[in-house]
Amino acid sequence: MKANYGYKDGSGEYYITIDSDLCTGCGSCVTACPAEVFTVVADEFSLDDEQVAIVAEAQRNKLKYACAPCKPVGERSPLPCVAACRPGAIEHSW
Amino acid sequence: MSNATQTAVQAQPQQEFWRWKEYNWHDPHLDWQAATTISCGIDVGSVSTQAVVLADGRLYAFASRRTGNNSPGSAQKALDWALEETGLTLGKIHFTVGTGYGRVNIPFADKAITEIACHARGANFIYGPSVRTLLDMGGQDCKAIRCDERGKVQNFLMNDKCAAGTGRGMEVFADLLQVPIESVGEMSFQVEVEPPPVSSTCVVFGKSEALGLLRSGWSKEKVLASYCRAMAKRVVELLARIGVEPQFAITGGISKNIGIVRRIEDELGVEALEPQGDYDPQIAGALGAALFAKALVERQRRQGATA
Repeated sequence: MKANYGYKDGSGEYYITIDSDLCTGCGSCVTACPAEVFTVVADEFSLDDEQVAIVAEAQRNKLKYACAPCKPVGERSPLPCVAACRPGAIEHSW
Repeated sequence: MSNATQTAVQAQPQQEFWRWKEYNWHDPHLDWQAATTISCGIDVGSVSTQAVVLADGRLYAFASRRTGNNSPGSAQKALDWALEETGLTLGKIHFTVGTGYGRVNIPFADKAITEIACHARGANFIYGPSVRTLLDMGGQDCKAIRCDERGKVQNFLMNDKCAAGTGRGMEVFADLLQVPIESVGEMSFQVEVEPPPVSSTCVVFGKSEALGLLRSGWSKEKVLASYCRAMAKRVVELLARIGVEPQFAITGGISKNIGIVRRIEDELGVEALEPQGDYDPQIAGALGAALFAKALVERQRRQGATA
């Protein structure tokens, strides 16, 4: 399942997509992210309580600002969360 | 203020135009005592609360009411109301799943499940397994969901950052224009030419824009048409991100507002499914929760049998 966390406002679309089928719940993104955007919880969508990464509730409506330090204008190094995720479950829309 | 004016104000109770119908229902032809599994789903939303009781997976009873400021209390009240005159009590219910904004705050729920999963599951029941795209228009948020033929979520997107395109926004507009909320849809079609949408779907800005339009001589109908159109455009933008694959259905309170539903269909070029039977699409979340509850009881029994 693809979970899209974020929002669209007058300035653009700010979504982080996590593919729960790929995510192993390892938590590498949690440690990689300097802004504490991610957290690992029991998957609310499966009845088996598997661990899965989600975008923390408190960050969902301010991703544009939370992620800004990793997204400088011009030359940009790979995003720490995307680079840390071995199965490639994380995508950013902007 | 003088005493005389105070009495005058009190003597004229204001009509609350935003109030929508709260009601309960149960199937008198179904005997819950004959059922092996009685499951319950409680959807405590930001604006409304629903309780649904299933007897062996068949809809037995439900109630829909306002949440108000006390969500644990409203969960209990909704359930009590659903069970009124049925003889069924909480103790006889095998499993209860809570969902919605207030899901973690339901004292008697055995498990909490996100309302996104529950709405998809409930829509699968109400609209049939052909539903692939679902729009849940709730009281304070709006969710676009893609699901498979079993009602399992494949892709979802939620907007709870602003009140644009939500039931609460519609309540505010009904109150502003002094139009009973259940008449908004019909009234919004009583225009000769569809006006352009209000430029802002933000409830606060939309409200001041609507007042300006009324002052410039627009009829209430025209303003409603304009607001409904803006709201439809706003939620269609949300849907565009996850893509719309037919069949398409709408759940939540706004799905009863024909003025929004027809305009969403018009913007998408896709018709929304009609509920099978007489199911109220506002109970989809609680219904889905009750279906999960049933699955969980059955699983517990299987595990109990093998252990």
